[in-house]
Amino acid sequence: MTEPATPGQTIGPFFHEALPYAQDRELVPPGSMGSIRLHGYVYDGAGLGAPDALVEIRQADPAGVVPRVEGSLHRPGAAFTGWGRSSTDRTGHYWFSTVEPAPVRPGGPAFFAVTVFARGLLNRLFTRVYLPEHAAGDPLLDRLDPAERAGLIARRDDDGGLRFDIHLQGDAETVFLTFPGHGG
Amino acid sequence: MTEQREISAEIVAIHDAAQVGEPQPRLDFPPYRSSLLRHPTKRPRPVDPEGAELVAPVFGHSDVDPLEADLTIQSGGEPIGERILVRGRVLDGDGRPVRRQLVEIWQANAAGRYVHQRDRHPAPVDPHFTGLGRCLTDDDGGYAFTTIKPGAYPWRNHRNAWRPAHIHFSLFGTDFTQRLITQMYFPGDPLFPLDPIYQSITDPAARERLVAGYDHDLSEPEWLLGYRWDIVLTGGHATYLEPEDHDD
Ligand SMILES: [Fe+3]
Repeated sequence: MTEPATPGQTIGPFFHEALPYAQDRELVPPGSMGSIRLHGYVYDGAGLGAPDALVEIRQADPAGVVPRVEGSLHRPGAAFTGWGRSSTDRTGHYWFSTVEPAPVRPGGPAFFAVTVFARGLLNRLFTRVYLPEHAAGDPLLDRLDPAERAGLIARRDDDGGLRFDIHLQGDAETVFLTFPGHGG
Repeated sequence: MTEQREISAEIVAIHDAAQVGEPQPRLDFPPYRSSLLRHPTKRPRPVDPEGAELVAPVFGHSDVDPLEADLTIQSGGEPIGERILVRGRVLDGDGRPVRRQLVEIWQANAAGRYVHQRDRHPAPVDPHFTGLGRCLTDDDGGYAFTTIKPGAYPWRNHRNAWRPAHIHFSLFGTDFTQRLITQMYFPGDPLFPLDPIYQSITDPAARERLVAGYDHDLSEPEWLLGYRWDIVLTGGHATYLEPEDHDD
């Protein structure tokens, strides 16, 4: 039996007291051994940064294991949980302090799973941030045209960090994903 | 500024042209003006989930204090308004309970005012109400919040625009791909036909899924009124990762 899903609705403008919390975007402490910054902007169709968006990531650890441990809401003393949440600032910028995920299966891609919410966006969006070194031979990337494909692969910053911009609309519109069972 | 009757006419025109049975809101829904520049224009690409997408984040008792589920005791005094209990279950698309998972809510106070810097509605802030709550679902997928019935509030989508009373809900499933943020509404709200956010769901049966039911069995004598609202997340847990079920 398949139950009809509850529809989504926009996160609206007033989530900032509810969803963000201390160290929400610090999956590992900034500056700690092996930490990198994953960051970028959420842009609207006019190319303006969205100051009222929320980005969440889910990822494997550097050994390719997806953690199943609690502690994301109270980071100090907790193990690496592989999940984080960053609201955007007034310029539309989000950032995470994290470690690089390794492929979960040998030879597979390495990516961050991403969910995007925003005022004005009526339902959540899913996408992936691929690591530039682990993007070959991926079934999704191989189906995309070159510009779309490039849009899903993070760029290396000079400091070793990863830059990934999310374009909700427009010429550089990010490729968003739908999964089995999602319906419309 | 656009008048309500123009917004309402746009809504009706879109609904008339829509097929029955669209399960989710339109992302491109012009009567909700903020969606104009914030909806993707291309269809989402179908893909099989893998790796981290198959595993929702895990939350536990170190993350959430049980007291966070009672929004009427958080601020050192009784909040003003109609005390209510909202109770329900979180299920996956196969009807299985989503156990021990995080539920977050936020809402306006009884006067329709949020505790938020950007809320300019000239209605009173309640010093005893933040409108923020969290809980973990139980082994049956159940959740419950004691709170105050939120008020309707104005916004600037068009002239004389008012949101029907609602509680924002944030939910996780067993898979990361089941992540959901939505809004729960109250039965019989006269603002439903006028609201472009609620009406962005073109199918009437799908819209109804966002409306809680009044449940007199949940009401407590001389204390509060009860509402029941079950939430069904998209899809089921991927079969190849299905945990062995030792529950009876
Ligand atoms: Fe709201």
